Amino acid sequence: MSQRYEIRFSGAGGQGLILAGVIMAEAASIYDGKQAVQSQSYGPEARGGASKSEVIVSDATIDYPKATVVDALLALTQEACDKYSHDLKEGGVLLIDSDLVKNLPKGNFKTVAFPIINTAKNEVGREIVANIVALGAIVALTGVVTKESAEKAVLSRVPEAFLELNKKAFNMGYEKAIAAKA
Amino acid sequence: MAKKVAFLQGNEAAAQGALYAGCTFFGGYPITPSTEVAEVLSNELPKIGGKFIQMEDEIGAMASVIGASLTGAKVLTATSGPGLSLKQELIGYACIAETPCVIVNVMRGGPSTGMPTGPSQSDVMSAKWGTHGDHPAICLVPASVQELFEETVRAFNLAEKYRTPVMVMPDEIVAHMRERIVFPEPGELEVINRTAPSVPPEQYKPYDTSFGDVPPLAAFGTNYRFHVTGLNKGQDGFPTTKAAWVQAEEERQVRKVEANVDDIVQFEEYLLDDAEVAIVAFGSTSRSARFAVNEARKEGIKAGLFRIKTFWPFPEKQINALAGKVKAIITPEMNLGMCTGVVKGCIDGKAPVHGIFRVDGEPINPGQILEKIKEVK
Amino acid sequence: MAFDYDKYIRPGKLPHIWCPGCGHGIVMKGLIRAIDTLGLDKNNTAIVSGIGCASRLPGYLDCCTLHTAHGRAAAFATGVKMAKPEMNVILCGGDGDGTAIGGNHFIHACRRNIDMTYIIMNNNIYGMTGGQFSPCTPTGAKASTTPYGNPDPSFDVAQLAIGAGATFVARGTAYHATQIDKLIVEAIQHKGFSVVEILDDCPTTYGRRNKFKSVIEMMNRLKDVAVPVKAAEKMTAEQLQGKIITGVLHKVEKPEYTTEYAKVIERAQK
Repeated sequence: MSQRYEIRFSGAGGQGLILAGVIMAEAASIYDGKQAVQSQSYGPEARGGASKSEVIVSDATIDYPKATVVDALLALTQEACDKYSHDLKEGGVLLIDSDLVKNLPKGNFKTVAFPIINTAKNEVGREIVANIVALGAIVALTGVVTKESAEKAVLSRVPEAFLELNKKAFNMGYEKAIAAKA
Repeated sequence: MAKKVAFLQGNEAAAQGALYAGCTFFGGYPITPSTEVAEVLSNELPKIGGKFIQMEDEIGAMASVIGASLTGAKVLTATSGPGLSLKQELIGYACIAETPCVIVNVMRGGPSTGMPTGPSQSDVMSAKWGTHGDHPAICLVPASVQELFEETVRAFNLAEKYRTPVMVMPDEIVAHMRERIVFPEPGELEVINRTAPSVPPEQYKPYDTSFGDVPPLAAFGTNYRFHVTGLNKGQDGFPTTKAAWVQAEEERQVRKVEANVDDIVQFEEYLLDDAEVAIVAFGSTSRSARFAVNEARKEGIKAGLFRIKTFWPFPEKQINALAGKVKAIITPEMNLGMCTGVVKGCIDGKAPVHGIFRVDGEPINPGQILEKIKEVK
Repeated sequence: MAFDYDKYIRPGKLPHIWCPGCGHGIVMKGLIRAIDTLGLDKNNTAIVSGIGCASRLPGYLDCCTLHTAHGRAAAFATGVKMAKPEMNVILCGGDGDGTAIGGNHFIHACRRNIDMTYIIMNNNIYGMTGGQFSPCTPTGAKASTTPYGNPDPSFDVAQLAIGAGATFVARGTAYHATQIDKLIVEAIQHKGFSVVEILDDCPTTYGRRNKFKSVIEMMNRLKDVAVPVKAAEKMTAEQLQGKIITGVLHKVEKPEYTTEYAKVIERAQK
């Protein structure tokens, strides 16, 4: 059990959370040689609503593919935070967008907050890469995959014209999370 | 050389498995949560000169694959519950006309529109009893992305070998989750092709039982001309109402599967040797069960898992034997007791069967199963 | 010398199931003559049908024949044609099979303009099940399920096909036997989805209930109502009242589906 690490990316449909989860899991299973499973649940909305993508990383075979006790939770919206924080473990990592999530769930979490979407929009230059900013932050905060593997996984999943943009987004997320944690 | 590795979604793996098996025709209709199978094949099939067609409805999709199969192609369609209901008449057609085809049916909640994005395991009875009349049924229920690839290949093999429709039924969790998959090299997995007729066209009959229970099937557009119908037919393929012959043919069609159960049925046993509590599960639920078994073992409880890989024909013999060795059987499933009923029906009351049923669109979690293990141990 | 139909009939399969006076046999002979005129290779010709009296036709012909489920001929045939575009694919069936239960497949085959020929034998009734009204039963007519007269409006099959996108649409009648093969020949030669509606008669389940005294009377009705396209052009709307226009009603060139899909393959392989 101790090797099993559970991460949940949550927010609204259309924010690219499934892709963020896929990249995280790919970093673990293809580049870091670990086991990983990614799954998701979603509503009828292609855009909006609450959406989640879960990644389980382990050194051993992963049986149950869904979260049991979440080690790290990303919440990009208040709705997602309210809906998906119930099984975040005591002492787990909670990463939130500080502009959008104002009411924190009760519990003893390592909460890290910074304006994720705003960072993507104004510092990286495109709101669409908010998921990659968040991914960079989750990679920094959880340490379950190496930074190098995660970066490789990001670059293998995005179109060539957007390589630099995504690289910038990933690194900015990574660094902001470390700064915000400190 | 290192094997090709990818991080794939279950539905993508099903599509890749179909290509590995030699599928050259896909006819489908969009339905959640199976649509990715169609999307991948719309992209991949034309690259190999194969054909993809999005038909006007689910029935048309099933019809198109049967038509294409009769030209000699290996064919696939993909759907989910409501689409499966619509396809059922023609699945029966494929059974009686003995036309090989593979149906990937991703299980979501039901009946009717139900819960389109939620997981379920409630189509397993439809796989056997959905179409009317007596007929053979083969249904595979993979539990991982890798297995969905491999079982799709096996589905094509069984369809061709036994001249019958074969269903692959991942639940929505298996179909939509992503895992690492190691692609088998060409030739690494067995690929069975259709047996061509060994007689010249003038002697050919499409249901010539002198070749055994599975007569060779010729292809339209070669120099074999023959008739195909959904009516009860004679050896020559033409309608017949001769009582003795119809009886014999109906029995043969079912026998193709029933007499070959050992060739078709696959399952996996985990920690069953000394088990006192056995969990019988399939699909993603079997993964929760395995997790629970490991937890139970840590607490010194002798639990084990019988994982069903082939739901139809059902592993009756094995589960009957298992029931004779354990104190209790637990059957977790995302429906209200379909597998549980089948298990009860084949164990002659040798062990109590405790179901865990969930139809709320949520998976059965390991905790639920562990709790039940402790309750019945 | 008389035409040798036996060349195309499967040995031992006659007599057919159709009633005395039914026009389906006339249509089958027309189809056989058309196949002969065009010199179609029987090995490379698929004849596909649904369910009903007219759908029994393929069984008699010595080709690759596929008797499918009720209404599904066009969908099965689409699979055959897509998988083997080099095959000649001919569909046949009745009005109920094609325009009610099979209506969706019918209009979409028209829309795709896939290169097949669909011969619809329209006898205005479900004959095989004993004479229930179909979408082509005239309003007011009697059928076993319209004992007080048919309240439903009826389809014009040819207009339906044209509206849905078929690129060749013709209409003939079982009375005008020598015209049938000519229409079918032209339909098969046309590249695209072609529909040939043949107005037919069902003396057993339609004529009997609708006061036709004999098969001859039913055939005479077909003779009387039919107006060739050319003649119709010169007639007023009033004169055309109660008449049915026959001949080639619609013929346009549009991209054909399997040809277009071949281009998809080319693009995918680039």
